[in-house]
Order: sequence, then structure tokens, then C-alpha cells
Amino acid sequence: MGLDPKLIQVSHAHEKDSGPGIHLLTLEKAVNWARKGSLWPMTFGLACCAIEMIAAVSARYDIDRYGAGVFRASPRQSDLMIVAGTVCVRMAPVIRKIYDQMPEPRYVIAMGSCATSGNIYDSYSVVQGVDRFVPVDMYVPGCPPTPEALFDGILKLQEQIMQRRVFYKKPPEAVQA
Amino acid sequence: MKPTFEDQRETIYHVDPAHPENPALPTLRTEEMMLNMGPQHPSTHGVLKVVLALEGERIVKATPVLGFLHRGVEKLAEDGTYHQFIPHTDRLDYICAMYNNFAYCRAVEKLVGITVPPRAEYLRTIVAEVQRIIGHQFWLGTQALDIGAMTVFFYAFRDREILLDFFDELCGARLTTSWYRIGGVERDFTPELVDTLRRFVEYFPPKIDEYVTFLETNRIWLSRTKGVAVISAEDAISFGLSGPTLRGSGVDYDLRKFEPYGAYDQCEWSVPVGKNGDTYDRYWIRVEEMRQSLSMVRQLLEKLPDGPIMADVPSVTLPPKERVFNDLASMIQQFKLFSTGFEAPRGEIYCGTEAAKGELGFYIVSTGEGKPYRLKIRAPSFIHMGAFDHMARGYMIADVVTIFGTYDIVMGECDR
Amino acid sequence: MHPTAAQIQEVFPDAFQTAVEWRGDLAITVSRKRLHDVCRYVHDTPNLDFDYIVHVSSVDWPDDPERFEVVYEAYSVCHRHRIRVKTRVPEDDCVVDSMTDIWKGADFMEREVFDMMGIRFRNHPNLTRILMPDDYPEGYPLRKDFPLRGKGWRDTFTFIGEKS
Repeated sequence: MGLDPKLIQVSHAHEKDSGPGIHLLTLEKAVNWARKGSLWPMTFGLACCAIEMIAAVSARYDIDRYGAGVFRASPRQSDLMIVAGTVCVRMAPVIRKIYDQMPEPRYVIAMGSCATSGNIYDSYSVVQGVDRFVPVDMYVPGCPPTPEALFDGILKLQEQIMQRRVFYKKPPEAVQA
Repeated sequence: MKPTFEDQRETIYHVDPAHPENPALPTLRTEEMMLNMGPQHPSTHGVLKVVLALEGERIVKATPVLGFLHRGVEKLAEDGTYHQFIPHTDRLDYICAMYNNFAYCRAVEKLVGITVPPRAEYLRTIVAEVQRIIGHQFWLGTQALDIGAMTVFFYAFRDREILLDFFDELCGARLTTSWYRIGGVERDFTPELVDTLRRFVEYFPPKIDEYVTFLETNRIWLSRTKGVAVISAEDAISFGLSGPTLRGSGVDYDLRKFEPYGAYDQCEWSVPVGKNGDTYDRYWIRVEEMRQSLSMVRQLLEKLPDGPIMADVPSVTLPPKERVFNDLASMIQQFKLFSTGFEAPRGEIYCGTEAAKGELGFYIVSTGEGKPYRLKIRAPSFIHMGAFDHMARGYMIADVVTIFGTYDIVMGECDR
Repeated sequence: MHPTAAQIQEVFPDAFQTAVEWRGDLAITVSRKRLHDVCRYVHDTPNLDFDYIVHVSSVDWPDDPERFEVVYEAYSVCHRHRIRVKTRVPEDDCVVDSMTDIWKGADFMEREVFDMMGIRFRNHPNLTRILMPDDYPEGYPLRKDFPLRGKGWRDTFTFIGEKS
């Protein structure tokens, strides 16, 4: 990435005692501020929650004011995947493939009860929650959640992003099988 | 450098018969290409995969692959009572959700043999027509967006929000409402809601004219919709198409006129029917249906009768919610109806309803228990996908998106 | 008896089994061998003219010797009447003639019946699974002996652990 190796060592020292240093902390905040203010979601509407997502993009509830209005169809150009709708077993490998194609840093919002836990569909072909195979950062409950609830989720995700570490090596993601 | 395979293949030359004096030209080599419009695509209206076999830009064969939203709803129906299935019906055609409730409640009322009081019929019909307007607004916005006219998308959704607020007031949810009950409706209209509807009926007709002005005077819209995805009347009937997709081809089959239900025979309205069976005719029919729905709502609001909103059959219908928490008999009735269900008579029925997308029908087989023995959903979107290959052959890739829009497919209904 | 049912009984006396009219719906049960002929007759005869296919479905009666019931419902757009033609097939030989040559819409509907219940259709142009994946290992979901939650397939994620 072009960073001075000494700076990276200072970041590892953070695990044990002191902070990363005032310059790096400000830089981290700046990077996080830029990341949270321009989340580019991917159009991943599966079922009914997609309609509320589209309503969130429309004129009344304008998601663009939070910076998240540029919906990209391609996973290579987006950093937020809003899984909106029921995840069926047939669709699961597609979701995983698309998640793998997203470049880091990437975030996942599980929108709606179906993506969170399977909702009322406790049947042979519905995965009981998208977090079974994709790590989720934010769960938005509701069936479907109103656009305001989705915004609540996005704003909390933005707060979460502000607290992330930027300049250290991330451990590999843990996914429950 | 080693020659590539293309270099090693023999070049075939041909002479143009109109100009034999010109030198011979190499023949263009073409192959069929398979293109996958995957389940994740911005224009496929949900999770639908289509494998296109293309010859250049022309479609030779289009194979839809369904099942990415198969939730097992028909099997879930056998596991719960008739009342418990109403929220499942919401999620079938989730754009105009209450029409599915209406279709299901009508089917169960036909099975059990109860009649709904007149005020409930009027309320049901008014709300059903408002739902049809919502469904067609969504369709118009997304079809225009797919073809490229983004402005109409924002305008249609702005007006849709007004109606979603109305539903929020009426039953507490914007999208997947469950306001219909077996035997009637759950809650009555308040005077404020009637006012809201009256104001909307005055406010909306100029807006429809606005959308139409954007589209019908636009050369690009006309050339992308006229003559695209034509289907003849006989093919449409043989495939089982219904709704505006069938009426575009000149067949005036509308269940609201053929087998009247609700309060449709209490008001004056007409069925728009197309001529050529192309996308433009189906678009025109849906816009006209919005106007007819408005006129129906206006007439029915004037004639709204007084009376109860739920049929008085205590063994089947639910008691009013206020009484459930205050009166012991009502609480026991509610408990029994939700735990074991009511005993439906033995037999089987089919009941079809004209939803916004087409004929939505329920085939219910009952063996006398509280749970349906078999509940089959006749979903118009699934049947329209059966005709997709027939409709798409010979057109270009850019028309595939138009064809999805003109069919008005919803995957929740298609895959169930 | 309903006039339509009487007409069909007159033309197919060997195939006709029962006719039930309940809540305004007419349902006729015929034998499996002549099902295609009966459907062709109701489609082509001018005074019946059932040209619109409404739905094709199947019902599972596990306690009966002829376990599966295949149901074809058709409607006539010009005469405005409906009919339901049913037949029964046993489990070990659940094959029925396909009606795709009579009603084109029967194509996808019969594929769904095959996918959900396991009934095969002779002469179908493309009898493959439609809603479940082609290699679905657990059987036919809508049969009564199939559990609601499936047999564990919904929790297998073979794609985790691949390149991430």
C-alpha cells in the first residue's frame, strides 16, 4: 500500500498498550469519514424488501442525502451489499460469489426479517438468515422495514465505520458454517 | 509466432449475385452465443435468470430459469390454519399486496360458503382498486426506468407514496398489509380516510396525463414499444396469459366483468382492450386501467352503504379485536380459531380473481380439518414466464428488458 | 347431471368415472388412459371450446392405492364456463400424457407438478425441474411424507471454504 513499515509496527503495538499516535489517528478518522460518507450500495433486492429499498431511493425518502445514493449494479464498484429479501438455498451461492467479488472494505446490511433469520419461512428451501454464509455488519428488522428503518440501519453502520481500524492487518473473517 | 486457430481455419469466399463483377468477399463467420442474464441484474424485476442464445444481437432462444425465490409457500399452507395463511398471501405479489389477500379470502369464503356484508364488499373493492393503481404506478415507473426514462420513475413513485400513507393509516403497514379477513375486513374507514381518498381522486388524473405526456410524445419510447413482443390472441389464450398481457392482444377477458364479485357490478366502468398485442398496447391498457380504477373509487365512495364489516359466522370469522381482550367468549373464539382452525367442509374449489398482473387463483382441497389439505396458487407471473420464450424470439437483446416490463413479472408470485 | 358432464359421458363411456358439482364448480374424473383424448375433445368441440388453461396441479392421497391425483382446470373465453378434469395415478407408475400439444401453457405447469410431486408426463418437450435445482437430492417436496423443513439440504453450504 506504500506505507512506512515503522508505522505499521506502531499499529501492532496498539494491541497491547498505547494508541497509534496522533497523526495516524487523525488520518484514520479522515479515511473513515470518507468511507462512511460515500457508501455505494449494490442493487441486491431479492423480494419484498427490495420495494422498500426502491422507495428509499425515490423522491420522498432520498437515500442520496446520506451519500449512499449511487446504486451500482456491479459488485466490483460497490462497497455495501444490502441483502433485501428472502435468501433461498438456490440463491445462496450467487450471494456468496457476489460478496467475494466485492473489493474491501465491504459492508453487508441484512435488511428485513427474512435476511436476518428466515422470517415466517421455516421451510425446506429457505436459509434461516444470510449470516449463515456471509458476515453481516448490521441487521435491520421489519417485514418489510420502512425506509426510515433502513436509514436507521445505514446511519448506525456509518457510526460503526467511524470506529474501525484502518492501518492494521485484519484477521480473516469468521463465518459460521 | 505460432498461428492462432482462426488463422488456420479455411476462409470461404462468396460472390455477391447482384454484382458479379466485384471481387469475391470473405464470408462472415458467425456462431451462436449464450449470454446469461443472471439472477442479480438491475432490470430483471427480481431474482430471475434468463439464458439467451444469441445470433449477433437477435435472440434465437430464451430459457428462463426460475426458483431463486422459491419459499415453499404451498407446503407452509398445509402446516397452518386458513387464517394464518393470510400474511403469506401478502408476500406473493408484494407490489399490490392486498389484492392477493382479496383473492385468498374470496376463495376461502367460497369454500366455506359465507357471504360478506355489503359495506365490507364496497370497502374491499375500493381498496382493491387503489391497490391496482399502486401496482400500475410501480409498473410504469420501473418499465420507464428500464427503457431509460428516469423522470417518470420519480414522478410515479412520488404519487405512490401518497397512497402508501393512506394504507399506513388504514392498517398499519405500507407494503405487506393484511387488512382483509375471511368474512370481511379488519377495520373500517374513518372519515379522514374517506377525505384522503376523495382528495386523491381529484388530485391524480392530471398526474396521469403528466406521465403520458412524458412518454407518448417521445419518439424513443414509441419506437422501443411499438411492435415489440407481439403475441397473437390465440397464442395468448393457449398459453393461459391473463390480465393486461392478454387484453393487449384483443381478448376482452376480465374476471371482474365475466364473473362479477365484490362491488364491481355496482359502478359503471369499462375494460380497455388493445389491438396489436405489442408492448405499446399493454402500456396503454395499464394507464387506462388506472383511470378506470379512479372512476370506480369515486363512484363507490359516493354509494358506500352502512353496516357491519365482517360476516356474522362465529365458527369461521374472527371477533373484533376490542372485544377479544374484554370479553371471555370472544377470547375463546379467537383462541380456538387460531389454534385448531375452523372446520371447513370437505371438497375442493377454485376461485380466480383479476389481480393487477392477471388472473390470480387459489385451488383449495379440504378434507374437513382446520388446515387446508392442498392449496395451489395459480400465479399469473409463473404462467407468463411460460410464454417468455415464445415472445422473445426474434427480438434484440435490448428488447429483453422491455419484455420483462411488459409482462409485469413479480418473482414472489412466480416462484412462490 | 350437468349437461357438459353428460355430454362427455356419452362420448367417452369407458373413460368417464364420476362427476361432482359443488359450489358451482364442475369436476370430472376420467381414467388415465383416455385423459388426453378427453382433453382434446373438450378443447376442440365447438360448443365446449375450453381453450384457456387455468392450472395444472396434483394432490397427494397417501392412503389411497392410486396415490396421486392430477387436475387440469380449463376455461372457455367465449362460452364463459369452467371444467376441472381429474385423474388418478398409482405411485409406482405415475405417468400421465402431457397436454402441451393442446394447451401451450401446460408446459411450465406440468414441469412444476413434476418438480413438486414427481409425476412424469409422457411427450413433454422438456421435463426438468423448474423451481428446485436440477440436482436436488431430497425428492419431491409437496408429497405428504416429505417433512416441511426438508432433510437437511437447506443447511449445507458447499461453497463456503472455497476461494474467498
